[in-house]
Amino acid sequence: MRFSVNWLKQWVNISDTPEQLGEQLTMAGLEVDATQAAAAEFSGIIVAKILSTEPHPDADKLRVCEVDSGSGLFQIVCGAPNARAGLIAPLAVVGAVLPGDAVIKKAALRGLESNGMLCSSKELGLAEDADGLMELPKDAPVGTDLREYLQLDDTLLELDLTPNRADCLSIRGIARDVSAVCGADFIAHEIATVAATSERVLKVKLEDPAACPRYIGRVIEALDASAETPIWMIEKLRRSGVRSLGPLVDVTNFVLLELGQPMHAFDLDKLAGGIVVRRAEAGEKLVLLDGSEAELGADLLVIADDNGPLALAGIMGGETSACDHNTSNILLESAFFDPAVIMGKSRRFGLHTDSSHRFERGVDPGGQIEAIERATGLLLEICGGQAGPVIVAESIENIPQRSPVALRLARINKVLGSNLQAGDVEPILQRLGFNIETTAEATAEIWSITPPGARFDIEIEEDLIEEIARVYGYNNLPTRMPAGSIPAPILPEREISLRRMRQAMVANGYTEAINYSFVEHRILNAVDQGERAYALANPLSSDMDVMRTNLLAGLLLSLDSNQRRQRERIRMFELGNVFVASTVKGAAPEQTLCLAAVASGSVVPEQWAEKSRAMDFFDIKGDLQRVLALRGQDDVEFVSTNEYAWLHPGQAAKLVVNTETIGWIGAIHPQVLKQFKINNDVFAFEFNAHKAQKRELPLAKNISRYPAIRRDLAIVVSETVSYAEIMRVIRSTAGDLLADLGVFDVYQGEGVEKTCKSLAISLILQDVSSTLKDEIVDSIINDVISALEAQLGARLRGK
Amino acid sequence: MRFVTRFVKHWKFIKVDSLNKILDAALAGIDAATDLKALDNIRVEYMGKKGQITALLKSLGGMQPEQRKTAGQAINQAKQAVQTAINTQRAGLEKAALDARLAAESIDVSLPGRGVERGGLHPVTHTMERITEIFSRLGFSVATGPEVEDDEHNFEALNFPAHHPARAMHDTFYFPDGRLLRTHTSPVQIRVMQEQQPPVRIIVPGKVYRSDSDMTHTPMFHQVEGLLVDKNVTFADLKGVLQEFVNAFFEEELAIRLRPSYFPFTEPSAEVDVAWDKGDGSEPGWLEVLGCGMVHPNVLKGVGIDPEIYTGYAFGLGVERFAMLRYGVKDLRQFFENDLQFLGQFR
Repeated sequence: MRFSVNWLKQWVNISDTPEQLGEQLTMAGLEVDATQAAAAEFSGIIVAKILSTEPHPDADKLRVCEVDSGSGLFQIVCGAPNARAGLIAPLAVVGAVLPGDAVIKKAALRGLESNGMLCSSKELGLAEDADGLMELPKDAPVGTDLREYLQLDDTLLELDLTPNRADCLSIRGIARDVSAVCGADFIAHEIATVAATSERVLKVKLEDPAACPRYIGRVIEALDASAETPIWMIEKLRRSGVRSLGPLVDVTNFVLLELGQPMHAFDLDKLAGGIVVRRAEAGEKLVLLDGSEAELGADLLVIADDNGPLALAGIMGGETSACDHNTSNILLESAFFDPAVIMGKSRRFGLHTDSSHRFERGVDPGGQIEAIERATGLLLEICGGQAGPVIVAESIENIPQRSPVALRLARINKVLGSNLQAGDVEPILQRLGFNIETTAEATAEIWSITPPGARFDIEIEEDLIEEIARVYGYNNLPTRMPAGSIPAPILPEREISLRRMRQAMVANGYTEAINYSFVEHRILNAVDQGERAYALANPLSSDMDVMRTNLLAGLLLSLDSNQRRQRERIRMFELGNVFVASTVKGAAPEQTLCLAAVASGSVVPEQWAEKSRAMDFFDIKGDLQRVLALRGQDDVEFVSTNEYAWLHPGQAAKLVVNTETIGWIGAIHPQVLKQFKINNDVFAFEFNAHKAQKRELPLAKNISRYPAIRRDLAIVVSETVSYAEIMRVIRSTAGDLLADLGVFDVYQGEGVEKTCKSLAISLILQDVSSTLKDEIVDSIINDVISALEAQLGARLRGK
Repeated sequence: MRFVTRFVKHWKFIKVDSLNKILDAALAGIDAATDLKALDNIRVEYMGKKGQITALLKSLGGMQPEQRKTAGQAINQAKQAVQTAINTQRAGLEKAALDARLAAESIDVSLPGRGVERGGLHPVTHTMERITEIFSRLGFSVATGPEVEDDEHNFEALNFPAHHPARAMHDTFYFPDGRLLRTHTSPVQIRVMQEQQPPVRIIVPGKVYRSDSDMTHTPMFHQVEGLLVDKNVTFADLKGVLQEFVNAFFEEELAIRLRPSYFPFTEPSAEVDVAWDKGDGSEPGWLEVLGCGMVHPNVLKGVGIDPEIYTGYAFGLGVERFAMLRYGVKDLRQFFENDLQFLGQFR
């Protein structure tokens, strides 16, 4: 809502500067978004009259005008098409300064002297564009300074209103609030009733009185179709950002801005029969004022005549019944529609109108007659004509009533933490135009408050408390610093905090990425298991059309974009939710917190002291194991798999905890890399962070004081036998005395059969209660060797 | 060597000359030894099993007691003298050897350390953890909720009626089944209060979504929501906790101001500005950083909490906004481009 401060001053008696006013409005919840001058800086522009024009002898498009400036006659050469004798227009005399600091000088145009310049409204910064000289009213006083004549020394404030404050979508409404906020007197303007001079009425029928409980109409005939909107009205409209479109439209717009009641004017001669306010029927169509055709349905309210819909109620009029420049008989409409019926409808048609904006937020249900009287008075003043009687169609029981709201002083102070007194509260409510009654049975500290009709936002006590706080000033209310007892924090230790997980990744050299949760379905498909993606109904763009089912896709895109920026070595991770559509119809998607990482490039950054090499599976596995080590228990199995199509089938594992798969790790399949246009090998993992978070509290064991004994075994097994299987056999055979087990060499090649591999394994044996005897150690080792041989076909190397 | 000669002069018996000669030779040899091995050779030559001084000592056995005493003293003195000289020389040589070794081992300590560089946290995570940490010290515990929400939790229960223009303030991503991506972290308020009676004291960090994308909007961003519901919670407490938070977050006392605003789920509602010095010499201006208010009675009633007994406040702040102010990030979109050069600045 943009408005002129001068206009506001006609409704409230303030002396504040526009800056002060703006600050106070902002601090009262009517945020001032922008402040601008009503007109750009210019000076030396005079209201002047063209007495005569003659064609320029040497230029087709120029005319030589004799212009009366009130203090002399000037010859002005002008190229405007509407330069004509009798026209009153702004004249920039020699020495005048136009917006942008252009100074007008005496000039010769094609050999003829021009002593100034006749101006268009664009040249004066009063309009975006213009197709000729600015035409001033015939009665404009020649010789007057234009700024003075148009009262251009005015400031425009643009309010960014919150949706609850529809009451401030009019000058009168803003004035009401300003009165309270600035402690200034509201200037009430009586609106005169206009007596009917004709009998002409139309029948109005309310078919859905709940949706439209009040429809006020009035026929006005014999309007002068050639009348022009007075300049003062054009200027007020202009300053509110509304273009003048002739008196009929201008008056309805003016009343909308002044009183907040949207109105509509139908061309009476284009109507057939009476007016019906009804639900549209399925299949009905209506061509709107903007030329678009709306498909109607029963959820829409229309204004119709005997032939069908005329207007989309409260949103926009139709083309067939619209006024044009020949219209001289009209039906004025001033209605109240239930906000719920209008809400969301304009959005559906992409039509956001001044009317729908107000109706969906709520207009004063008691303001229709006043508005139609105001509009009638203005129209008769401008266009003459005969007004019929006011047509009233209403359903009183459906008209919303502002019911009184109880307000307790104690509650005000309980919510605000303040110590306000009745004397602080009452003046605020009064200035806001609220009706205050002290309830019969109670003390003076309980009131019964009835808000004015336009205050749709006041329904409960808290609404009133907010009003008081807002006008009193939030920053004048007390502040209490946190004090008192603070509950002990909950720090679950059977869960690895996400913070620690992130830190472990950072310590591993990974940088955290945050990708959007939506990705392109096609990209996602390259790296998922055919999970059901949860697609957005209204994605911003096709490359963000589904919710990610994994983090890998986003990380690969990030990796790719960094590679394009000439990064060779990349380590990135992300912790975030992934989403899988449910197979149960109507059920919510599964939302799972996952941690994923991608790694590419050399194992260490290029450095002087260490030979680098390309990273491999075991490097990223080590990174992952260092994170999983936070679990405190070595219970995540890496099980070889080829289930994941995006992974190298020979370098992929699933992460299994107690038979449950919680994630995967592997080398990204070369085909997938090609799809992502990534050149280097990429290794990655992704796991369910919530599942991995679970851990047991450490339980301290007895630490042995006796020496440990190490025995190394070099065994040869088939290459298909995994180290995990070997470990399992050794562990189960060696029993409790096995304190540690490790592999320190894996070899394939000369000296070992082609399909076999050799492993060097170390066993550390230790007893908690005594020094181990050699015989016991020997017997355990022999058992282990026999078990490996029997169960895995292993043999000692060299035997 | 003088004190050795002094003793020797009392030895008036045989081999005096020869002892002195041996002693002089030994001392000269020790003096000349330039490494530990040479020194050890000398020790063996004189003091070893077959050494010259050892031999003299062995010869004492064949002497008369009187003579043995005098000679013994003299030889032992000579032995002492040689041993002392060896020790001194060894210490000197060892020190020289160590010095030489240390000198040889000196390195250019300015060369970079070896190994893998550290990664880093995303600045949004840094900021979110910092905000969460501050509030957790004020007694708030962390709660989370789903990002795919239903209309009920995201709007209805928060006092946004269907089609209400207030919803237009939230450009919402919808799914065909009617669900949506939460437009704020506020639905978690509802989820927590549905489960828990007051006192409720939570902080909710998380991702939120609005279908808006331009210089100053990304379709996904992060919020931290706070909620405190208890007896005797007032607007004054809200102002206090926010002032405390702003001071703690920015590590300086920044003025804040509350401007009336409108959120359907709080009343009174406010937007909070901080006095922010852009550091360019201009006057500090007011910068909007968060929204807040007293929990709307309808919200409390909706979750079965009696607003006559309990009151509460809630606030929601944009994490990216705070990260931008704190770290001087100019372009919001950089947060989601994942350029390692950008991210590498935050560690």
